[in-house]
Amino acid sequence: MFEVIAFYLFAALTIVMFVITVMSKNALYAMSSLAAGMIFISAFFFLLDADFLGVVQIIVYSGAVMALYAFAMMFMDTTKDVKEKNPPKKIVFFLSGMIALLLVIILLTPIISDKVKALYPMSDEIGNTEAVGIVLFTKYLVPFEVAAIMLLVAMIAGIILASKRMDESITLKIDQEIEEKGVE
Amino acid sequence: MITLTHYLVLSAILFSIALVGILRRKNLLMLFFATEIALNAINIAFAAISKYYGDLTGQMFAFFVIAIAASEVAVGLGLLIIWYKRRGTIDLDSLQTMHG
Repeated sequence: MFEVIAFYLFAALTIVMFVITVMSKNALYAMSSLAAGMIFISAFFFLLDADFLGVVQIIVYSGAVMALYAFAMMFMDTTKDVKEKNPPKKIVFFLSGMIALLLVIILLTPIISDKVKALYPMSDEIGNTEAVGIVLFTKYLVPFEVAAIMLLVAMIAGIILASKRMDESITLKIDQEIEEKGVE
Repeated sequence: MITLTHYLVLSAILFSIALVGILRRKNLLMLFFATEIALNAINIAFAAISKYYGDLTGQMFAFFVIAIAASEVAVGLGLLIIWYKRRGTIDLDSLQTMHG
């Protein structure tokens, strides 16, 4: 009973938050509602007995990724709305509706073909975090190391891209000056 | 009782919200937000399948999806800042330089 109430409550909250994110004109409102939606999603992970995943979701998304977005938005003038020239609405709604229908069908097929066997079964003897650690550092050790290298590459790329000509103000100059600097 | 179907339908709804965002918005920052929503929707589906089939593989894939999302944000925002310095706008249409 408790699980049902929690599921519907968090489902409604998450959907509302993400609709605000997608529809909002203001980038700041969109970012705040996205952060709230991420926290609500971690509730689903706790409901699904994936405790470690829920904690990682809160730390990585609501902590790191949102802080990154907040810092990136300091470089841009976010109070100024981007003028959006919206395409013809009918075709967008038709295409997105069709793709959404297709996705629902694709996601519902595992229920129809009910023949999936557990490769790394969950056990009740040890907790979720221990089980995740055991599987991650035995069966998925190589992907884990590759992911670590990928994160390192992404970190260096982010630093190099964002820190180029960091000493110059980009808000006080007109574009022409920055373009001239960029050519040399 | 909440079954796997509930979670999968929720995941599909969230994914289609993200899809509408990607198709509809012209602000590049909003496209990044919509991508994050899509990745999170898939993570819910992975965790739910992991629970209902008693298999930890789904959670493992969710971890790798989170790692990929983090690196995507780092590189993507770096490129976005460079683009804003060059053009002074983050409108998607400003990327179109070849008028065909």
